[in-house]
Formats: sequence, C-alpha cells, structure tokens
Amino acid sequence: MAGLTRADVEHVAYLARLGLTEAELDRLEGQLNHILDQYAKLAELDTSAIPPTAQTIELENILRDDVVTPSLAVADVLGNAPARSGDFVVVPPILGGDAS
Amino acid sequence: MSAASTGTTRLFGHEMAERLRSGEVSCRGLVTDALEFAERQNHALNAWLVIDRERALADADVADRRLAEARRAGAWAIESLHPLLGLPVGLKDLVSVRGGQCTAGSRILEGYRAPYDAHITERLRGAGAVILGKTNMDEFAMGSSTEHSAYGPTSNPWDLDRVPGGSSGGSAAAVAAYHVPFGIGTDTGGSIRQPGALTGIVGLKPTYGRVSRYGIVAFASSLDQIGPLARDVRDAAALLHAVAGRDERDSTSAPIPVPDDLIRLPASDDEAGTWLEGKRFGLPKEYFVAGMEPGVEAAVRAAVGAIEAAGATVDEVSLPHTDYGLATYYIVAPAEASANLARYDGVRYGHSVRLEGGDFIADYLATRGGGFGAEVKRRIMLGTYALSAGYYDAFYLKAQKVRTLIKRDFDLVFERGFDALVAPTSPSVAFRFGARMADPVAMYLSDACTLPVNIAGLPGVSIPCGLSEGLPVGLQLIGPAWSEAPLLRAARAYEGITADAPWRGVEPAGLAAADIPATPTPAERVAAGAH
Repeated sequence: MAGLTRADVEHVAYLARLGLTEAELDRLEGQLNHILDQYAKLAELDTSAIPPTAQTIELENILRDDVVTPSLAVADVLGNAPARSGDFVVVPPILGGDAS
Repeated sequence: MSAASTGTTRLFGHEMAERLRSGEVSCRGLVTDALEFAERQNHALNAWLVIDRERALADADVADRRLAEARRAGAWAIESLHPLLGLPVGLKDLVSVRGGQCTAGSRILEGYRAPYDAHITERLRGAGAVILGKTNMDEFAMGSSTEHSAYGPTSNPWDLDRVPGGSSGGSAAAVAAYHVPFGIGTDTGGSIRQPGALTGIVGLKPTYGRVSRYGIVAFASSLDQIGPLARDVRDAAALLHAVAGRDERDSTSAPIPVPDDLIRLPASDDEAGTWLEGKRFGLPKEYFVAGMEPGVEAAVRAAVGAIEAAGATVDEVSLPHTDYGLATYYIVAPAEASANLARYDGVRYGHSVRLEGGDFIADYLATRGGGFGAEVKRRIMLGTYALSAGYYDAFYLKAQKVRTLIKRDFDLVFERGFDALVAPTSPSVAFRFGARMADPVAMYLSDACTLPVNIAGLPGVSIPCGLSEGLPVGLQLIGPAWSEAPLLRAARAYEGITADAPWRGVEPAGLAAADIPATPTPAERVAAGAH
C-alpha cells in the first residue's frame, strides 16, 4: 500500500482543519504510515461478494412522532458560546472583507 | 488499614441498599464515607475530575427522606423503592449532567457546561441514585490507559505506577478503590471491559443499542455503548437495569424489553454456581494471541477448568477473522470519530481561538490544533484519510465488509447453541505508565480481545478471575445480541463457584499509599518514570 508523504500528511491535516506544528507533522508521518501498514492486512481477504456492515442491529427508518416538544432554553444553549450578541452566536466572517 | 476505618465503603451496592432499607445506615452516612475516601485518595489516584460534595449530600438527604417515608408507610413501600435509591455512582466525564462540566477528557471542552441531562443521568436521578462526581478518561474515549486525558493520568489502585486501563480508567479506579460501588463507562473497543479487567472489577459492554446515548459525547457512533462498572456481578446488572431501554431521543436505542432477571440474580453463591450444569461454552482459540502474558493465560485456563468442573462443557471454537479485527476497528472507529469531532469548531461552545484577520479557516486550524491532544489528532487524521476521495473503497468500505465477516464468525458459533464464549479480556495485566505511549500500535493491541465484540455489536462482560504477579486478570464472557441477562447469570455463576478462591477479597495493594498525602500524584509518577 502506498505510504503517506509529508505533503499528504499536511493536506489531510488541512482537510481535517487541524493546525499542526512541524514537530507534530514529522511525528504523524511516521506513525500514520506504521498504522497504515496494519491496514494492509485487510487486502488478504477477498470481499468482492461480501456486503458491508454499517450497523449491527436491524433497526431501520426510525422516526420520532411528529409532535412539538419543548426545545432547550435559549439561555442554556447560548451560555456556552464563546462570542455572542444578544440571542445570537457571533460566528467568524466566512464571505471575506470585500463581500461584507 | 483497620477494617473499622473503612466505614461503609467496602459494602457492595446491594448490601448498602439492604442497610438503607433497614435503617441501619443513612444515605448521608454512605455518601459522607464515599466523599471522604474519594477526596482523600484522589490526590494519589486522579480518578475523579469533579467530586460534587454539595450536590451529593443534598441528594443523599432527599434519599433519606424517601427512605424514612417508605419505612413509615410499611413493607410494601420499602419493596417498591428503586434498587439504586441512595447509592453513590461515578459518571465518566462524557455523560452530560445539566449545569456541570463535561470535558470528555479534552481541553477543547474545557469550560463547557452541559445544557441538559443525558438520558442515563435522568434515569439515575429518577432512581434516586447519588451522583458523586465525574471520572477521568482518555480524551474522547480514545485510549486504553487513561494516559491520554488532558487532565493527567489516573493510577491503578493495585499499583500506583501502573495504568488502570482505559478509556474508562477513572470510573474503574474509583470503583476498585471502593470510593463508589457503581461507575458508568463507555466501551467503543474495550473501554469498559479492559479497565475492569486491569483493576479487578466487573465491567459490562451491553449489546449495541441497549442503552440510550442521548447526552453522551460521541466517539464512534456505530460502536459506542454505555455500560456499568461494579465490584460484583449483581451490582453491575442492577446498574444496567437502571439505565437500559428505548429512548426516543437516541434513534439507535432499541425497543427491546429489558429483562427484570437482571435484578433477580441469585444472592447465594451455591445457587448461582449450579446454573452452570449442562451449559455450553465456546473457547475461541484465536483469543490466545501471540504476546499474551503467561500469567494471564494461566488464570484464564484455570477459570475454564473451574467452569468445566462445575458441570459445563467448554469446547474450543474458531472465530477465523479475529486477526483482522484490529485493522477493521482502526479504520471504522477513526473514520466515525473524524466525522463526530468535526463539530468542535470553536463557534458554538468549547475552546475557541479567534485570530486577527478574520480568516475563519485559520480560526478552525488554531482552535482544533490547540484543543485536541495527540491521540485524538492521530485518529482524526486516520479517519479523514480513510474517508477521503480515492481511498474510501480501499479503506472504509473494505473495513465495513470485513466487519460483516467478523460478525458472521460470531453468528455461526452462536448458531451452534453455545450459551456464551469465554476468553481473556486483555492479553496483559496493568502495564506501567509510559510503556505503550511511544508506539500507538502497541497501545491499540491492548484491545485485541475486546474490539471484535464491538465490531459485531455484541454484549461482553469482564469479571475478575485471579491474579498474575499480584495484579488482576479479567475473564471475558461474550454472548449473542440482547443476551445480557443470561450472560450476567453466567458471570454470577462463575462468581459463585470461585467465592472461596484465595484471590477473592485481596484488596488493591496501592490503597494504603493512596491514603497518604505525601504520595506522588499520577502525573508526578509519569514524569519520574520518563527520566
């Protein structure tokens, strides 16, 4: 199985939105490749005719009754927000300076 | 330490319940003893992240009033009290308790206050149980030693230089050290059973879907399950009975009845043991893995001998895909974790970094890079890679197919009529701090005997079966889906036939040192070992 290069590790970290230090990237390159080597064992098995299992109990299409129930109090939910303005959570700008 | 000075802490939960009903002890008395031990020994053990003295005593007084009312009303009112009324319990710090912290062992949830109670918190409060506090754990339940907690490691009460296992190591240590008779853990790959084994107590992972996970911090949603830790099987069964069952707020909790047999396990050891006559057990040969410690294998083989001597048959069976469990698990679990942990973005709650310049991606990178620990980052990286474009079929889909094969192994064996499988819980006894921290794969192998059970969604229980080099060994019993009642009946039977074994009643050797204020903290032990 092809190994992860340093550039791959940096790319995956970016996809995962993990800001990693140079030292962390160095360590992860070795560790992730060591773990990926273990994955190679699965290639020994012919699974072409085997269906995947996503969950182990046969529950399907579980829907709740369509009735109105109380939601959490706004104060309780907003109490954890790092930045708020009135009854709103302040989020970082996502459209950039020019668009605002 | 003299027996008198341990107060009520050595009682089992069911013994505490009897004494509460007779009026021999008060709940305030029980909880005061529990608090005294937990507070005094936490310096040396770091089993607890929160000990909520005020709330626990207030809840104890409520329980005492209910007990007094019931005694006035008569025998029927005493009979109808919940089995857990007034009994102290510790919750792993990923169970939401409204208004309290819920860190999941992570810096990224530092300062977060749960806005609601978890389903199991509601159930325990409804039962009148007293929540003593929140226990330490590997960050987001990722680990087998509790060394991956952002709040420092936990010591094993049997040897303070060793880990209690993980990820539910805090609950296991608190129960093994007699702080509380009941602990709640979660088990994604062995995180209840392995620490149960390493601390010499009972730990049950129920069938996937048995207990609602509403209000529990998620790790890997197709594997996670909540379960009990206790010092005997009857207590573990009673705690499961109290929290199990369908809850519409968790669509994966199953509408399967919870049998009352769980609270009717025989009190008599002799009666319990006779159940084994004529029962059939399978011994999966693949679970005696390479690298298993000889002392562990000897204790497990001796347990098998005792089960046979009690009139059961034990036949060797094969679960041929066992060896593929580790790779399957370490694709499925990190993949699901990488999705579940995407929610920690520093916007709505938790650790948050807002940099100058208004680049929201930079904010995410800083928030998550600073908030997560090394093991969590490793798993997020593995999961993100395994799910990324071009690799999904090779990793995640492949692992899901092998998952089918592993599940079929169990199905085929149980179709042959075995009542349960017997196996080791962990290939080793409790290991020293630092022993597996440098090599993630060595740490992952700690769960080689437990994680196939999660992959297949089955119930498994670890019960003490002896000592190796003075440290506890766990015997794992594995049953078909929804078989908790007979599985715990089997575990109770094993407890019955080994009631007089010399290793029963041996107290954890580290407790005397844990009582002394000058004893180093677990973090200090780790630092000393690193030099």
